[in-house]
Amino acid sequence: MPEPVVTRQGSRETVVFYVVGVLFLIVVPLLNVVPDEESWMHISDFRLNQFGKFLAFAILALGLDLIWGYCGVLSMGQGVFFGLGAYCMGMYLALQIGKESVYGSELPDFMVWTQVKELPLFWYPFKSFLGGFFGAILVPVLFATIFGFLAFRSRIKGVYFAIITQALAFAAWLVFNRNETRLGGTNGLTDFKQLLGFRLSDPSTQRGLYILTVLALAASYLLCRWIVASRAGNVLIAIRDSESRVTFSGYTPWMYKLFVFVVAAGLAGLAGMLYVPQVGIITPAQIGVLPSLEVVIWVAVGGRGTLIGAILGAVAVNYGRSVLTNYFPEAWPFILGGLFVVVVTMFPDGLVGMIRKLTDRKQTHRPLIKVEGGTTA
Amino acid sequence: MVISLAGIPRNLSVLVLFLLPAIGLGLQSTLAAGEADPAASPVVSSADSIEQALLDVKSEDEAVRSKAVALLIEKGDASLVPKLDAIRAEADRAVRIAIKPVIDLLKNRANLTSGQPDTRRSAAADLVGTGRPEAITWLEEAAAKETVWWVRYTMEEAAQLIQLRSQDPAVRLEAVKKLGDHRSQNSLSLLQEFVEAGTQSGATEEQRTLAVAAETAIEQINSWGWWANAIETLFRGISLSSILLIMSLGLAIVFGLMGVINMAHGELMMIGAYATFITQQAFIGWFSPDLFDWYFPVALPVAFLSAALFGWVLEATVIRFLYGRLLETLLATWGVSLILMQAARVYFGDLTAVIAPQALRGGAQVMVGVYLPYNRIFIIILSIICVLGIYFLLFRSNLGIRVRAVTQNRNMSACLGIPTRKVDSYTFAFASGLAGIAGWALTMVGNVDPGLGQNYIVDAFMVVVTGGVGKLAGTIWASLGIGGLNKLIEPVSGAVYGKVFILVGVILFLQWRPQGLFAAKGRSADA
Amino acid sequence: METKVPQGSKAVKEAEVPTEAVGSSRREFLGQSGRVAAGVGVAALLGNLGNYALSYAAGGPPIKIGVLHSLSGTMAISEVSLRDVVLMAVEEINKAGGVMGRQIETKVVDPASNWDLFAEKAKQLLLEDKVSVVFGCWTSVSRKSVLPVFEKNNGLLFYPVQYEGEECSRNVFYTGAAVNQQAAPAVEYLMSPEGGAYKKFYLLGTDYVYPRTTNKILRAMLLAKKVPASNIEEEYTPFHHQDYQTICGKIKRFAAGGGAAVISTINGDSNVPFYKEFGNQGLRAEDAPIMAFSVAEDELRGMDTSALVGHLAAWNYYQSVDTPQNKKFVANFKAYCKRNNLPDGENRVTDDPIEAAYFGVYVWKQAVEKAGSTEVDKVRKAVYGQKFLAPGGQIMMDEANQHTHKPVLIGEILKNGQFKVIFRSKGLVKPEPWSEYTNPDKGCDWINHQGTYQKK
Repeated sequence: MPEPVVTRQGSRETVVFYVVGVLFLIVVPLLNVVPDEESWMHISDFRLNQFGKFLAFAILALGLDLIWGYCGVLSMGQGVFFGLGAYCMGMYLALQIGKESVYGSELPDFMVWTQVKELPLFWYPFKSFLGGFFGAILVPVLFATIFGFLAFRSRIKGVYFAIITQALAFAAWLVFNRNETRLGGTNGLTDFKQLLGFRLSDPSTQRGLYILTVLALAASYLLCRWIVASRAGNVLIAIRDSESRVTFSGYTPWMYKLFVFVVAAGLAGLAGMLYVPQVGIITPAQIGVLPSLEVVIWVAVGGRGTLIGAILGAVAVNYGRSVLTNYFPEAWPFILGGLFVVVVTMFPDGLVGMIRKLTDRKQTHRPLIKVEGGTTA
Repeated sequence: MVISLAGIPRNLSVLVLFLLPAIGLGLQSTLAAGEADPAASPVVSSADSIEQALLDVKSEDEAVRSKAVALLIEKGDASLVPKLDAIRAEADRAVRIAIKPVIDLLKNRANLTSGQPDTRRSAAADLVGTGRPEAITWLEEAAAKETVWWVRYTMEEAAQLIQLRSQDPAVRLEAVKKLGDHRSQNSLSLLQEFVEAGTQSGATEEQRTLAVAAETAIEQINSWGWWANAIETLFRGISLSSILLIMSLGLAIVFGLMGVINMAHGELMMIGAYATFITQQAFIGWFSPDLFDWYFPVALPVAFLSAALFGWVLEATVIRFLYGRLLETLLATWGVSLILMQAARVYFGDLTAVIAPQALRGGAQVMVGVYLPYNRIFIIILSIICVLGIYFLLFRSNLGIRVRAVTQNRNMSACLGIPTRKVDSYTFAFASGLAGIAGWALTMVGNVDPGLGQNYIVDAFMVVVTGGVGKLAGTIWASLGIGGLNKLIEPVSGAVYGKVFILVGVILFLQWRPQGLFAAKGRSADA
Repeated sequence: METKVPQGSKAVKEAEVPTEAVGSSRREFLGQSGRVAAGVGVAALLGNLGNYALSYAAGGPPIKIGVLHSLSGTMAISEVSLRDVVLMAVEEINKAGGVMGRQIETKVVDPASNWDLFAEKAKQLLLEDKVSVVFGCWTSVSRKSVLPVFEKNNGLLFYPVQYEGEECSRNVFYTGAAVNQQAAPAVEYLMSPEGGAYKKFYLLGTDYVYPRTTNKILRAMLLAKKVPASNIEEEYTPFHHQDYQTICGKIKRFAAGGGAAVISTINGDSNVPFYKEFGNQGLRAEDAPIMAFSVAEDELRGMDTSALVGHLAAWNYYQSVDTPQNKKFVANFKAYCKRNNLPDGENRVTDDPIEAAYFGVYVWKQAVEKAGSTEVDKVRKAVYGQKFLAPGGQIMMDEANQHTHKPVLIGEILKNGQFKVIFRSKGLVKPEPWSEYTNPDKGCDWINHQGTYQKK
């Protein structure tokens, strides 16, 4: 049964969206600029930068939520698309370093020490910002289209799809780690200096990037909401709940799946693009099996099947990690793993589900996620 | 010292403190060496000349030195080695370099008659390095008495390799022919030199005949080498396949029966490996060293039971709540795997490994150029035993009938009175125990570390997915296919791209058969 | 470790009292030092010594330093020991009266083997916690990841691990070896008659920047020494590679006929599978020795060494180095680990990076005292030419290039996981961040030049 999307809860989500949006877009940067450094109100450049990173992750989580929470297809390879986006932007930034590099060569540093004499051909498009910008979106989209086409058309689904995407993440990690691929090997791309002429080390540039990230997140959120609320969105939810019945009703589920998979990849690419200039490094470590799975945790913790949940989960888990690794470094994997087990077994609706339970005392609890039918043989 | 120490009296005093005992030690050992000499003088007729030579070896004059060396090689025996070692420890560089071949020769000569075949073989191989013609007769004598064919082969080969450097062209020609017959890989570089020398414009007649003979020999060796390499590659493929198989068996059973993807499977293997490690530590701590090798068979039930127990607990506390929610089990078990890994890291802290029992060290030389490690053979046999065991359990036992019934139709089985929950619980524990056995076996090829499971887990998933659900045969064929292909590609493409090709290959394969090699057909296929 | 006596003698007396009643746990110790600090402060005020007393005897506020080593994830295995030894050095210094009479306060963070978290944590240490110096990093990629952060914010990093060189950052002091202090001498040794006069070299490594660059330099060096290119083989495996069957088969064919050595830059958990396979395929240390640059005592601890015995390694320090200060250092480290209930306690061992991390703290301390300030630029200038009697022997910081003069030692692996030193360089080897073989035209100098410069 398709779930009505814009309900009382939906409108409340809109209110939350505007309140949080204003908070992050205007209040936070103001607190960074206006109060004195010693004041308790002050948000340091470091924290602002960190928030920017978390919000970029939130875009990535939105994409996964779209395909997993709404369409029931678990992708354990979102890190690959994130990485592709990040590398495209990273290549542009790396070429902007120019003569400022350690070796003083026009080529990126790693090419000098791997004895590459000329810029490889596939780097050329990234000499311009537009190349980096569109590359960061289009490369993941293209890749997802090919991969998704192959996978969905032949009806690889459920656990099979999850494992295949995990294999994809593993394979991509192996390839990006190689030095012959001319992408910097294990070290990845780093030591960026400027973006469109703005110094990346400048706090104001970072502030600008932060605001851009907030805007991009808002736009992504609206896009996802639009998709979910549309007719196609209803079909997606129907596919999640019972794919066979959708097929019998005359739809072609794999086309819909491919569509959201590609959108999710595009969002991942966008997230990667915003991540790189703020963090200042991209390495294959962001691509592998583990980072891809972490995205799944964010969404599960926040509450899948709700867009706000994805954002909330991404920010909460990452902030938690940043704080907890300071105080209990060795305990973090326990917390993460435990969180996962507890959330999955006891709170399938995540944080958002818990909040709703608490605020909607009167309304009987309606599960957001319909349990999948019987065991697969 | 590059650094001047002036002006840092504190450092200087420490340095003096450090130097004094060092000098003292030096004096002491010189004295010790001096005292030892008369006490252990060898009972040979030429005792005096050897004593003289031992002194001459230390001489500044190179001629005297080399004469002494020659004499020592000719007349000396292994009893001189400790004395020479003492001289070597004191001497300067030139003397040390002069003495080293003497020590090597004498040691190896004694080792040629050692009781251990491995030692005899090592000695023969080392004598080639010395290149001394004296060694030829020793080697030939030893070869005549030798009973182990591979050691005899090495001795003969060694003698011929030394003969290759002989001054007499007839000897060289003979050696070249023999080495060709022996398919000696070790002679290739030298034979190549002969060919090059023979094909040069100014080559003598002798050099040319030698070159022709060398060329035939090289051809013989190379064609043999190709086959040996092919056999070794095949073996490596089977070996990797057996590792994949033994890891994925448990995974495949659970997936087939309950539809649960157990991401903690790798960590259950890790538990098996740590159980082996703990058993080893217990043997080191409590039993006599003679019994040490027994820790490995004892560890088998320990590993099986500890992993099975843990699997049983995992099923009862986590997976039980998630039946029918396939993807959720995948995520929850991944959480468990994170916790287990970190727990191992915190508790054991470090990279550890177990000591292989004597029987699994080294390998068997089955033919020239083909050497099969025992530990690999052991894992291949173990995986065959496991498959047979599972086959009997599933198809020849009561529990097996129930398991298969539940696998085929859960609801119907429940209606017929089969306690499906119990079957699930036992099966999961059994499959976890299999993971424990896999971990036990893997300690023979790698580390025991927290990341043990992660290293192979993606491959194991690939095997299960490629093989298809619920069919033992699928898992066997898939692991053979993936392991074999991997080893076939690796020599050409390198380790990384080999893996990547396999992953891409699996993705493409699923295009063709989305449910794997042996798909479940009919109504249950799309539940 | 003996240290300079700080000027404020009163403070020293106060500080020595609790030292005698050695605190059995770190927490107790911290409590004690807190009380000491308070006591010192009161004493100073009573003495009314004005500003002088505040800055010297009382020491003023504690000096904050950061420790940036992975405590979880894949690198934890190696890096945890470095955190432990840095904390131990700090404890020693604090017990002996601190730096310029000021206590050291450590801020330990966990970058969790995640390279971008390294950058974030570095930012946090420099911007939020405002530490004076950071001791940290192990892998090259983690160092590369934090480098822009340190350069941008003018921080100071002491990096204690041997590395590939080709770097000359103003904000990093490299207390580990450059390639010419470890890899190059090791290969030269193998080529010498004493080392076995090897003629063929199989360069095998894990695929990342350190092995790649090291092997690039080694290849250039071998070619310069007239080793034909056909006698050099190069191969890389991914991180955590486990199946070395094919590679050992290749080595066996390569080594047929003798005169071949393997130069291994294999990292971490791949080593055991590699050495095991190597032995099991019938290869012996006498036929083809493996010279490793990433296998030290800490990696061998608890490992089955039977497959490794007789193989070689090159470092600048071994636990077995026979100096009085080393005996004391090893005993202290074991006692420290036991006292603080760290895993393995008394069975812990020391190795080259641990020693380098340890003396790094002391070099920094001496520099701060010489500069009379913790300001990065002043400390940096004071570090140049600083000497210290490290556990492995006297070391010296270079006058201009941020690296350390160290001795080169080649060791043979023994059954107990220790090394027998079989070769020792004469005196200290001068560090060359830019190898003479691959970058003969480049140099590193922060006194007469601005870092990397072109030699004329």
